[in-house]
Amino acid sequence: MKNIIQHINKAFDHRIRLGIMSILMVNESADFNTLKELLGVTDGNLASHAKALEAEEYIAIEKQFIGKKPNTSYKATKLGKKAFQEHIEALEKLIRKS
Amino acid sequence: MEAKDYLKDIQDIKEMMSKSTQFISLSGLAGILAGIYALIGAYIVNQLISNHSSYYVTLESKTFKLILLTAVIVLVLSIVSAYILTAQKAKKQNEKVWNASSKRLLANFSIPLITGGILILLLLKNGSYGLIAPMTLIFYGLACVNASKYTFRDIKYLGITEIILGLFAVQFSGYVLVFWILGFGVCHILYGSIMYFKYERN
Repeated sequence: MKNIIQHINKAFDHRIRLGIMSILMVNESADFNTLKELLGVTDGNLASHAKALEAEEYIAIEKQFIGKKPNTSYKATKLGKKAFQEHIEALEKLIRKS
Repeated sequence: MEAKDYLKDIQDIKEMMSKSTQFISLSGLAGILAGIYALIGAYIVNQLISNHSSYYVTLESKTFKLILLTAVIVLVLSIVSAYILTAQKAKKQNEKVWNASSKRLLANFSIPLITGGILILLLLKNGSYGLIAPMTLIFYGLACVNASKYTFRDIKYLGITEIILGLFAVQFSGYVLVFWILGFGVCHILYGSIMYFKYERN
């Protein structure tokens, strides 16, 4: 049991961070507005949770200009994908146990 | 510990993964309408052919041009209705019509369809138009199968049905209009209704 709990990742223990990772697992990248629309969150909220995931190096943030508009896009890193995979597996095991 | 929360987490993950890759505002009603337009179009084409004086319908004949015009009108009406109904449904579901998943859907739908379109134009140019009608069914079917990964799975079965009908139409080339009616008319109404009752009626 202890072993499983170890794999429950605190970084994903929030609906928005879980959402961001889920989207980035199945999409090569997603920009700020797409994430905002899908998750139904405010700018500030999304930015702070994205920053938290970036601090763990689970996602990479890329800023560029499309014309005059700044565009921020997000990508899951290899580390992030591996961590998320383990998180899902741990969740599944926990559900099966109970 | 709270197994329910973990279950909820898994559900959230699944929902976000499918929501971010699939466009779910596609309207079943649009399919039904496209089917009805196709049936009306087929009726007009049938009238045109029975009024045609000679046995063969050649490319230069007025009949052929009228048939082509009918097909184009059916196509344009179908696309316009699909767009309007889909935009309406998207608004209801708080989804944007023009987002990453609808763009992906359109791109994957267009690749087989445009390939088929160009091929048909080339065949027309070379005067070999025997296989054109079945090919519209086959390429449309391939487009549906290809696009189905990015929207409702039902589209995949529509696509497979169209491909099979197209192949039959090659074998039984005398009944091309019948296969067209089945493929573009009946199938659209059938699958459109299935989608409508499954996802929209509430």
